[in-house]
Amino acid sequence: MVPIAFYLILAAILFCIGIAAFLIKRSVITIFMSIELMLNAVNLTFVAFSHMWRAVSGQIFVFFVMVVAAAEAAVGLAIIIALFRARQTLNVDQVNLMKN
Amino acid sequence: MPSNLLALLPEIILTIFGVLVMLAEAMLPPKRSRKPLGWLAIFGAMFAGIAANVQLQHIHAVGVFTGFYGTVQVDTFSIFFHWLIAGIVIVVLLASLDYFEGPVTHAGEYYALALFGATGMMLMTCSVELLMVFIGLEISSISTYILAGFRKGQATASESSLKYFLLGSFATAFFLYGIALCFGATGSTHISTIAARIGTTSAPLLGILAVAMVLIGLGFKVSLAPFHVWTPDVYQGAPSPVVALMSTAPKAAAFAVLLRFLFNGTPALRPHWILLIEILAVLSMTIGNLGALLQQNVKRLLAYSSIAHAGYLLVAFTSFHEDAVSGALFYSVAYAAMNIGALLVLTQISGYEEQATTIDDFTGLALKRPGMSALLGFFLLSLIGIPFTGGFFGKFYAFSAAVHGGHVWLAIVGLANSGVACFYYLRLLAALYSRPLTDSRDYILSPRLTFPVAAALAFAGLATLILGVAPGRVLNMVQHATPGIIAAPAEQPAASSFPATPPATNR
Repeated sequence: MVPIAFYLILAAILFCIGIAAFLIKRSVITIFMSIELMLNAVNLTFVAFSHMWRAVSGQIFVFFVMVVAAAEAAVGLAIIIALFRARQTLNVDQVNLMKN
Repeated sequence: MPSNLLALLPEIILTIFGVLVMLAEAMLPPKRSRKPLGWLAIFGAMFAGIAANVQLQHIHAVGVFTGFYGTVQVDTFSIFFHWLIAGIVIVVLLASLDYFEGPVTHAGEYYALALFGATGMMLMTCSVELLMVFIGLEISSISTYILAGFRKGQATASESSLKYFLLGSFATAFFLYGIALCFGATGSTHISTIAARIGTTSAPLLGILAVAMVLIGLGFKVSLAPFHVWTPDVYQGAPSPVVALMSTAPKAAAFAVLLRFLFNGTPALRPHWILLIEILAVLSMTIGNLGALLQQNVKRLLAYSSIAHAGYLLVAFTSFHEDAVSGALFYSVAYAAMNIGALLVLTQISGYEEQATTIDDFTGLALKRPGMSALLGFFLLSLIGIPFTGGFFGKFYAFSAAVHGGHVWLAIVGLANSGVACFYYLRLLAALYSRPLTDSRDYILSPRLTFPVAAALAFAGLATLILGVAPGRVLNMVQHATPGIIAAPAEQPAASSFPATPPATNR
C-alpha cells in the first residue's frame, strides 16, 4: 500500500501549485481555479489523515469543505460576471481603478 | 428550552429574521420604500442581543453549557461578542436606512445579508470545534463579499468585491490547511482535544505548521500586515456603511477565534507562536501607519489605520494572563465604537455617490457642517488615543498587557507608532478646520440628518466617550469574559488516555 506520507506530499505540492498559480496567473477565472486547487489539496490532506487516525471526522470535514466551496463558487462567479459587465475584461492587471 | 436550541438561540433568531427580510423584499413592489425591512432587521439584531441575555441567565443558573454534541460552547466570552456584534449591526443598520433609500431598489438584500453575516460572526465566537468555526467564517465572509460590491452602478464596486473575494478565499484555503494539519497532529478538530494532545503529539512540527497556517488565514481576515494588501482597495470601493460593518464586526469575530485557538487550543505551542505574533504586530503597526501617511483618499487612510489598529490589538496577545484577553476585548469594543463613528460621519457627509473622497475635499468642512466636523474630529482624536476617549484606554490596556507579559519593547514600538499615527489623523483634522481651498468644487452634499442616523451617531459617540471617561463597567464585563479562555495553566497539558501516536494502519 502507499504510505501516508506520499499523500501528504502530493497534497502539499498541489497546495503550492495553487499558491503559485494564484500569484502568477492574470486571468480571474484561472486565479479562481487555483483557489479550488488549494481547497482540493486540503481535502486530500484531510482524507489521508482521516485514514491514518481511523477517524471519520476528517472525511466529514471534507464534505463541508466541498459544500462551502460550491457556495463560494456561486458567489464568486456572480462577482466575476458583474466585473465583466462593468469592465469588459477579466485580466487582473486591467482591474486597477483604485489607486491613491 | 433544550440546551441545544438555547446554545444557538441568537444565531437562530438572526437567521429567521434574515429569511423574513429576504422574503418580504421579494413581495414588496419595486418602487416601495425598503425602510420597514431595515427596521425589521434592526429588531432582529435586538432580539439576538436579548437572546444572548437569556443565555447569560442560563449560565448563571447552570454554568457554562454546550450544545450540538459539544461543538458550540456558551460562556461569558461568547456572550460578550454576541452583544458586541449585535450592537455593531444595529448601529450600522440604523445609519444605512436612509443611505440606501433613494438610489438603490434592492436594499432589502443588504439588510438580509447583514443579518446573515452577523449570524456567521456570532457562530465563530461561540464554536469550540474548528469545523463550526470554518462554517461561521464562511457564512460571514460570503455575505461581506457581496456587501462590498453593493453599489452595482459604480465601476469600483465590482472591483472591490472581486479583490475581497479572491484574497478572502485564498486566506480561507490557508486556514483550512492549518485545520487539516492540526487534525493530522492531534486526530481531532475540537479545541479542547487539540489542547490536550498538541503538546505531546508525535509530530511537533506538524502542530507548529498548523498554528502558522491558521494565523495566516485569520491574519488575512483581520488585515494584519503582511496580509493586508486587499484592505485599502476593498474599503475604497465598498459603500461606507458596509466598510463600517466589515472593518469591525468580522474582525472582532476573527480575533475571538484567534483568542480561543491560541490561548485555549494551543497554549502548549506558545513559545513558538508568540514569535509570529510579535512579528505580525510590529509589521501591522508600522506598515499600517507608514502607509496611512501617504494616503490622500480618506477611506484608504482609514483602511491603513485599521491595519495599524489590528496590530495594536495583537500587542495584547503577547501576555499569557487574563489581562491579555481583557485588553484585546476592550480594544475591540473601543475600536468598533470609534471606527464606526468615523465612517458613519463620512457616510453622512459624502452620501451614496461618495464624491467627497480626498482630504482636499474635506478641507474647510467645519464652515459648512460644524456639528459633523466636530464629531469626526472627536472620533479621530479617539483613534489617535487621546485621553478621555475610548481609544486611549484601549491602547492603555493592550500595551499594559504586553508590559505585564514581559514585552516592554513591543509596547514601546506601539507607542512610537501611535506618535507616527498622530501625523495623518491630525492632517485630516487640520484640513477640516482650515480655510476652504479656492478651487475646490462644492462636493459636500448636505443630506438631512435624519433621526436614525442621529441615533446611530449618538450611540457611537457616547460609547467612545463613556469608554474613555468611565471604562469601569465595560472593563468589568471583559474581565468576566476572560475565564472562558484562560482557565487552566498552560504548562500541564492534561494527560489523557489517548494513544500519542495514531493507530497502526493495516495496509
